[in-house]
Amino acid sequence: MTSNLSVSNLSLLIAAAGMLLAMAISAKEKLGLSRDIAYSVARAIIQLTVVGYVLKAVFHVANLWLTLALAMVIILNASWNAYQRNGKRTNGFRDSFLAIFISTSFTIGLLVLSGSIKPIAQQLVPITGMVASNSMVAIGLAFRSMNRQYALQAQQVNERLALGATAFQASKEIIRASIKTAMQPTIDSAKTVGIVSLPGMMSGLIFAGVDPVYAIKYQIMVVFMLLSATSLGAVIAIYLSYRSYFTARLQLRVPDAD
Amino acid sequence: MPIIEAQRLAYQVAGKQILTNLDLAVTAGDYLTIAGPSGSGKSTLLKLLAGFLTPTSGEITFKGQPQAGYPVPQYRQQVSYCIQQPLLFGQTVADNFAFPYEITNQPIDHERIAHLLAAVDLPKDYEQKAITALSGGERQRVALVRNLLLDPPVLLLDEVTTGLDARSKQIVLDLLEEEHRRGKTLIKVTHDDAEIAAASHLLMMKGGRLTNDQ
Repeated sequence: MTSNLSVSNLSLLIAAAGMLLAMAISAKEKLGLSRDIAYSVARAIIQLTVVGYVLKAVFHVANLWLTLALAMVIILNASWNAYQRNGKRTNGFRDSFLAIFISTSFTIGLLVLSGSIKPIAQQLVPITGMVASNSMVAIGLAFRSMNRQYALQAQQVNERLALGATAFQASKEIIRASIKTAMQPTIDSAKTVGIVSLPGMMSGLIFAGVDPVYAIKYQIMVVFMLLSATSLGAVIAIYLSYRSYFTARLQLRVPDAD
Repeated sequence: MPIIEAQRLAYQVAGKQILTNLDLAVTAGDYLTIAGPSGSGKSTLLKLLAGFLTPTSGEITFKGQPQAGYPVPQYRQQVSYCIQQPLLFGQTVADNFAFPYEITNQPIDHERIAHLLAAVDLPKDYEQKAITALSGGERQRVALVRNLLLDPPVLLLDEVTTGLDARSKQIVLDLLEEEHRRGKTLIKVTHDDAEIAAASHLLMMKGGRLTNDQ
């Protein structure tokens, strides 16, 4: 395989003109974003540098347990992020973690078992990041949608409870709508993949000189795995947490609408 | 033995005493009207009886058993709470009528629905109507039918005639009278002077207490 990759420190420095342009626009338009841009760029450089060295070390050691530990760190980070969007409800972190952990493990397990990817650090770590981050976004959307609907439809939920509904029966429509909200972006992006965007996985392989016809196979795999991860993640997260909107005596705890 | 009873019931929220040592015993088949100024605790009392609030102290019993001992859904299916100014849920009137059957795993009783629709003077094809197309009076009547479908022994009515036009109000009151004649226990909170004047069993509330028993 021939590598066409030739990014040098100098070429990066020239590419940094893009950042300067963004800062210039911010200054000209008085957006007040210059500091934020500088901070985010600095953070990105530091984070990526650290990750680069960590990955290099992990790939070098080539130990499965170390790889799994790194995957766990990714999942924990993703869970924490999703939990922050869940209005920090009781057991919110536990629910987010279980949803992301199960959806990610299941999806990656399927890929490994089917032989689509090999259980080596070079493949497991990036794929875990991709799956967990998509699951995280889906779960965040599901949580936010659920919270909003319990706030907006408090009376309808109460009317159902008054007729003798269980928490699940009173929440059925909210549960369904929240899961749908979480899955929709993945479904939508699957429709435009290749037409509007050449996604990361495929772009990376093409960059590295892989035959596009071969690269699309990986992208098709990504479509499958993201559908699996987002749907599974959203279903688990919602089913684990809808009950927390009710007291033990089935009284609705109305959340603040955001 | 009273069908529903409250003993030394107190309810406090955010340091504010809403109900104070309230005793109430309602015999089966009674049609009780509770009146009193705004903020006297009438609605709170109904919400406590419906299990929508948990008393700070005191106890509610239903058929001699503590309320807390019943599984909540089963209790609410028997002590049916008609919420003030219902919004209805789902898309159509039919969705609202199907729900009580759905949650109790029973086949929809179309005959019963037709009977109750006639009782609240709504046409038979009304079930297909979108809930957004209903007036306040129609919504209230649909909600009442919804509460009556499974024929609960006790009905808690929170200002169900407030804001209704004269015709809707009369239809609702006639239906309640009919249910009373059939032996149902009704506990109704109201502001309406005519209803208060016509009440057979009236209790007045003030400052979180019952002030008389006529």
